[in-house]
Amino acid sequence: MLLTSHYNYWVVIALMMIGLYMVIAQGNLVKKIIGLNIFQTSVFIFYISVGKVDGGHAPILTEGESLYSNPLPHVLILTAIVVGIATTALALALTIRIKRAYGSIEERDIQAAEELQERASSQMYARTPARKEQ
Amino acid sequence: MLAHLPILQVILPLMAAPSCLLIRKSTLVWLFTLAVSFAALVVSVLLLQQVYAVGPIRYQLGGWDAPWGIEYRIDLLNAWVLFIVTALSTVVLTTAHTSIQRELEANRQTVFYTLYLLCFAGLLGIVATGDAFNVFVFLEISSLSTYALIALGKDRRALWAAYQYLIMGTIGATFILIGIGFLYMMTGTLNMADLAGRIPSLSESTTVLAAFAFIFVGICLKLALFPLHLWLPNAYSCAPSIVTAFLAATATKVALYLLLRFTFTVFGVDFSLSHLPLDILLISLGLVGVFAASTVAIYQTNIKRMFAFSSVAQVGYMVVGIGIGTVTALQATLLHLFNHALMKGGLFLALAGLVYQLGGCRIEHFRGLGRSMPWTMAAIVVGGLSLIGMPLTVGFVSKWYLISAAIEQQFWGVAVLVLLGSLLAVAYIWKLVEAAYFQAPADDTRAEAPLGILLPAWLLIAANIYFGIDTRLPVEVTAAASQFLLGDAAQ
Repeated sequence: MLLTSHYNYWVVIALMMIGLYMVIAQGNLVKKIIGLNIFQTSVFIFYISVGKVDGGHAPILTEGESLYSNPLPHVLILTAIVVGIATTALALALTIRIKRAYGSIEERDIQAAEELQERASSQMYARTPARKEQ
Repeated sequence: MLAHLPILQVILPLMAAPSCLLIRKSTLVWLFTLAVSFAALVVSVLLLQQVYAVGPIRYQLGGWDAPWGIEYRIDLLNAWVLFIVTALSTVVLTTAHTSIQRELEANRQTVFYTLYLLCFAGLLGIVATGDAFNVFVFLEISSLSTYALIALGKDRRALWAAYQYLIMGTIGATFILIGIGFLYMMTGTLNMADLAGRIPSLSESTTVLAAFAFIFVGICLKLALFPLHLWLPNAYSCAPSIVTAFLAATATKVALYLLLRFTFTVFGVDFSLSHLPLDILLISLGLVGVFAASTVAIYQTNIKRMFAFSSVAQVGYMVVGIGIGTVTALQATLLHLFNHALMKGGLFLALAGLVYQLGGCRIEHFRGLGRSMPWTMAAIVVGGLSLIGMPLTVGFVSKWYLISAAIEQQFWGVAVLVLLGSLLAVAYIWKLVEAAYFQAPADDTRAEAPLGILLPAWLLIAANIYFGIDTRLPVEVTAAASQFLLGDAAQ
């Protein structure tokens, strides 16, 4: 019963887990962003589901209706959707610049480049004083 | 005018942020931003005075009564945090012009101030608001601008750090959103005071428990509590120096405020600390954080990164105070909130001076610095002593309160571990002292940092000593605030 009457909440949980798993497991930065979007979308669906009142109508004043669904969570989630879009836009912009700077959007490649850079800079500093002492 | 102070606090920087784009000249934008930040400081001082004299202020946005409309509620706790954020922001901004000239390209300088003000407005909004959903909105305003601020860093690593922080931060904020959704589901309200009234009767509900878990984890991600701190060291070490100083002095403080607000006001002490084993969790995570982060800090060669790890450790101390949960312990947390803002603000500004002169701040840059940049180095040493908790500095005051709170509760182990943790701080500060005073400089062409950076850094360092000796102001305010927090819950 719980499975069928509250199916939208099961969808929410499934999407949330898929999204979170993608963010963690994917090495590709764009795929991570897609995962993040799925994760956020699950929360949107969650909020929309919360607003539903059994037997309630759309929250528009009409003759002969006394039971309405709660419009507030929908309004709230509009704000969250806007925030989500802003986040996605910023993340994609960062990805473009990462691609330009590192030549790759694979997490593995970027980390390898980081380590190389770190090792190079510490070697450079290790050599400088030695030359001074000679 | 005075009646509208709570909203002015937030709306002033929020409106000023886009206005920055209209002013093209870098110097003018800087002066404008500084004026706005100073105005915000004046507002927060007035608020603090008013709250201290007459008690909490309630402000209804648009005239809609709470709990239907959004309410801003300023009590001693947020008035104190607002004061810290605005004061530190103003001091940090005075150095911005000098430091930014070196670290950012000319076309990015005006954008920097816009982002800075947005972030500032977001942080103030989180603190001022009394509405749970409003917290999320302001959290995202401040976070999004923070990601962009970090990405302004010169090195390409800044981009990667910003991206990582974006992913972690968004997950954290979304967790908070889920938690607020659960709370709304159970109580039908978003007003914090209203929530506080309704949650006690629902404390057995698993939905409320889930809400608490989501909100707690979400805030801890923002707070960079060990083990959720992984984004912080990269973000702090790659961001422009001024951004690091600003974030270190304000952003984690605001996250800590949120933790206090949710655990003590919204959910209530009974629910958070008695019903759940949160006290043990917070104390142990805090202490593990202190030791793990301080140990890692010792091995860092990038000094910005070292102090970033030290920030994670300091967050640990503050969280231990929340975990102990008595009036003295909370007072220790609130004191450390202020003191840590002073220490890290001063230290990162001194590092900004270093970066200005030397173009970096690796341990190698510190060789012989005691001779070539004596004032900068002295600031770092005094700030470091405060970090360790030497008497006559602010660091001592908050550690003293924390240890006495632990002893009052007979948590002897906690008291000893807090002391041992301070010893680790000695190790990484000593590393700097050794390089600066006992090693020969690599070259002799270095000069002292420009006064535009040095003076504000010393202002904060002097505050470290001043408030370490004359402790009246912070101690009085935090004592009243922590009593208010716990008394609020007892009702």
